[in-house]
Amino acid sequence: MLSKRIIACLDVRNGQVVKGVNFEGLRSAGDPAELARRYNRDGIDELVILDITATIEERRALADTIRAVARELFIPLAVGGGIRTESDAAAAVEAGADKVSLNTAALREPALITTLARRYGSQAVLVAIDAKRAGGGTSGPGTRGFSVYARSGQSEAGRDAVEWAREAEDRGAGEILLTSIDRDGTKIGFDCPMTAAVSQAVSIPVIASGGAGSLGDFVDVFTTGRADAALAASIFHYAETSVRSLKQHLQQRGIPVRL
Amino acid sequence: MIALIDYKAGNLTSVRKAFAAIGAELYDPASPGDLERATAIVVPGVGHFGATAALDRGWAEAIRGRVALGRPLLGICLGLQWLFAGSEEAPDCPGLGVLAGTCYRLKGSAQGAHDAIKIPHVGWNNLAIAHDAPIVAGVATGSQVYFTHSFVAPVTADTVAVTEHGEPFAAIVQRDRVAGVQFHPEKSGEVGLQILRNFAHAI
Repeated sequence: MLSKRIIACLDVRNGQVVKGVNFEGLRSAGDPAELARRYNRDGIDELVILDITATIEERRALADTIRAVARELFIPLAVGGGIRTESDAAAAVEAGADKVSLNTAALREPALITTLARRYGSQAVLVAIDAKRAGGGTSGPGTRGFSVYARSGQSEAGRDAVEWAREAEDRGAGEILLTSIDRDGTKIGFDCPMTAAVSQAVSIPVIASGGAGSLGDFVDVFTTGRADAALAASIFHYAETSVRSLKQHLQQRGIPVRL
Repeated sequence: MIALIDYKAGNLTSVRKAFAAIGAELYDPASPGDLERATAIVVPGVGHFGATAALDRGWAEAIRGRVALGRPLLGICLGLQWLFAGSEEAPDCPGLGVLAGTCYRLKGSAQGAHDAIKIPHVGWNNLAIAHDAPIVAGVATGSQVYFTHSFVAPVTADTVAVTEHGEPFAAIVQRDRVAGVQFHPEKSGEVGLQILRNFAHAI
């Protein structure tokens, strides 16, 4: 039976993992390669490197970071953040990324999804959707749908998440990475109704992100949220929850995982 | 040296890295004639079966010739499907035909159904070893490997390991010195590397 995937996200700026990391026993807490090794030993199913670099000069470090992380890693590696053009994507793939994640660039130029899917295969193209409940409120049925935001949540894209996910699939996306802006960083749980709405609307896998705070949150997103995978960052960085204990918890509740 | 055939169906960085990690040397054959020095051959590939049309121009014949001389051959993902007679994905495009059967699309379940079987099949899934073979030495039933595909090869006498995604399909095949894996061994952790070692050293 297909396992539900647990994905760790490394937010990287200028070659260093940011968002506090306080694992014990790491030589350098901010070294992405060392953190990747740690997660790999702990049984993570996949890694995402999210480049949050501010300037073009700093961005040159990204390929080195990808290379360093990919060197000893034999699980899927996705790279996102600031991939604007086909050549940005090519640089990430050549450095060792198995998947590239498009967000703002895909909203601005949806044809880029198709271009990259033709060049590398749909399995290599992840479309990241940052969305929040239209009309405010962080829970409830979301009667007005889920509004998509571009530029790291700064500007409303004028699209609905369900409709945009369908279009992304039609254009050749292999997976959807759906982040709830309402829940991001809150640790009050994933937005399960939004995740379920998108997951039921597309055939490709949906990775839920934003809000993970407890083991139960992952159970919820895989059951009522119908997520195919769940992504988290700080809950793993701070070693509040080890990947292994999370997977054991899921398995005890009848959710298939890789242990 | 192992020949890795790059026919532009996907990026091969990860495949090269995995073979390097197990200490196997790869080279890029420039033409079908360049396969003469191959101690073994790897046919990778992702995407549409139609992409394997690029292997028609001389490659298929040269590969068949090396296989007839007993050189090991490994197909990965689309490369496994290409070992068969063909695929319903591209009916006009013949496969290598060293294994019997035609590849077909996984059925999946209705979109939105509870516990939906989604197609493509993406993620980690179990191997059930059907019978012992050199390609699965040291690999136990229940080991998980990473898949990403929509089409599959049928379960036949050549199937060494079976995986289920709504229906059983051939995850690993081996017949004599020809082997294939539907998943990505280069992305399947230690289990994947073990299978590549088995191919590089034991077959």
